[in-house]
Amino acid sequence: MPVEILKEKFTGTVQEVVLGATKEEGGTRAYTVKLGGSSTLPFLQFEGAIPNRPVIAYEIWDIKPEWHESFEEYYGDVWNDPVAWAKKAEELGAEVIYLELKGADPELENSRTADDCAKIVKGILENTGAPLIVQGPGHPDKDNEVLQAVAEAAAGENIAIGVAEKDNYRSIAAAAMMGKHCIIARSPVDINILKQLNIMITEMGVAPDKIINDPMSSGLGYGIEYSYSIMERARWGALIGDKMMAFPVVCLAGPEAWRAKESYAPLEDAGPGWGEQKPRGIMWEAMTAAALLQAGGDLVLMRHPEAAKLLKKHIDDLMKPNTY
Amino acid sequence: MAFYMIGERINGMFKDIGEAVAKFDPKPIQEWAIKQAEAGAAYIDINVGPTASDRVKAMRWMCEVVTEVTDVPIALDSTNYDAIEAGLEVCKPGALINSCPAERPKIERVFPMAKKYGAKIIALTMDKSGIPKSADMRVGFAMELVAAADEFGLSPDDLFIDPLILPCNVAQDHAPEVLEALRQIKMLSDPAPHTTLGLSNVSQGTPFRPLINRTYCVMAMTCGLDSAIMDVTDNDLVDAIATADMLLNNAIYCDSYAKVFRNR
Repeated sequence: MPVEILKEKFTGTVQEVVLGATKEEGGTRAYTVKLGGSSTLPFLQFEGAIPNRPVIAYEIWDIKPEWHESFEEYYGDVWNDPVAWAKKAEELGAEVIYLELKGADPELENSRTADDCAKIVKGILENTGAPLIVQGPGHPDKDNEVLQAVAEAAAGENIAIGVAEKDNYRSIAAAAMMGKHCIIARSPVDINILKQLNIMITEMGVAPDKIINDPMSSGLGYGIEYSYSIMERARWGALIGDKMMAFPVVCLAGPEAWRAKESYAPLEDAGPGWGEQKPRGIMWEAMTAAALLQAGGDLVLMRHPEAAKLLKKHIDDLMKPNTY
Repeated sequence: MAFYMIGERINGMFKDIGEAVAKFDPKPIQEWAIKQAEAGAAYIDINVGPTASDRVKAMRWMCEVVTEVTDVPIALDSTNYDAIEAGLEVCKPGALINSCPAERPKIERVFPMAKKYGAKIIALTMDKSGIPKSADMRVGFAMELVAAADEFGLSPDDLFIDPLILPCNVAQDHAPEVLEALRQIKMLSDPAPHTTLGLSNVSQGTPFRPLINRTYCVMAMTCGLDSAIMDVTDNDLVDAIATADMLLNNAIYCDSYAKVFRNR
């Protein structure tokens, strides 16, 4: 007698969000990516539809970052020039480019102006084909100013801008709407606030297919279980019909993984059995990302190109249909 | 698990609806359909009431005029199964048949009809001898109904089992029996059947109807009630349900939770 596999019946679907716009769609991207759209938990293809695979974004900054020396061989020749860096990231396999405008932080000397940022974004768009995400410096007033300029400079390209938070979302949402871009809404590991933020952004008139959620990830070994459980809960809510929890989710795996000393500590400072830093750092980032994918990540931000390659292979394997 | 509110207002027992049915005037019916849909009704109950001369014709017409103004599925409320079938013919799949008791000839008429039209069924825990008093008897009937669903190719969650609440000023001792029955009905199968109550019944004839309705509804929700035929325009009642639904951890809390509940 055949064993009948018990299947969960869900009523909800994760909102599908398209990032980027090709020439036909009014932009200049070489392709677009679709995020979300699932009607079941991650990779349970036998239970529901998973129309879109998780997408890998590569992290770049507008200024030279103080990253671990192991990044030097990949980006050392380009990280003083964000446009060159974006091109390099694309060559190394970026499906999406995630630009962090750290240089616009008003507390820095020679902080970049909104115009500078707009020029960088234009330069990247002219020299690459991947869809783009732009994150402000994380300073409310400056974010508003910079992201408005970026949204105008990127008109028609359907980029994503962020991040909108509970106390600072109106100007960013308005800028996204004006430029017909997507918006990233973030709340610090608090889905109650995230849900309320989604409601407020939606009430302002942002279309549901323009919203991406960042529930804020924690790194492996540094509270990833907590991130995992709230992401899982949010996704479960989406699947049982909670439309305000049904937006695709971005996970900042790279930046979080590289904050952990397990990723960067040299061999002489390493714990027992940790091994060489180079493979360890790559694995730490890949493992962080793999866990966040299982929690429901639709877009994963990666820092190390080798970790991103491992993740891509892992996604290939996970996307093979399982039939029962 | 969501809570399904079934709007009770389009019933010929109400004077405005009764007159509308007698004159085939769609206006009051459509107004109530829209009002209940906006209040968050998951189903809109339609009962032709006692004034209709031809119940089959009246039901079909009422379904048509409601379908014109809202996509919210209809609960076809009648003891005349030909009238229900006439309504099902003009409704989209996903309607609700209200209702069928645990009586074999009626099950044999209603369950295949539900299968044919892709409808769900409000199934009553009673038979010809009437409403039982004890929880055990109610659960016994529920078991028969769940078994019948399986027999006719329906899933247990195509059933909304109604363990039948009586007015508290007439049969107060039924109230705790219904709560116990709800607990047990939810354990009958996996997936469990849905449960429902004609909520307004509990307060019939008392001067404190809204208070009694919402208190009993919240009590019943903690025992597994996941739908009710009710006054969806009673804001205090809907607020109480939204709050109970959230506190049962069925919906993720946010400051606008009561509003979100209505907009689902």
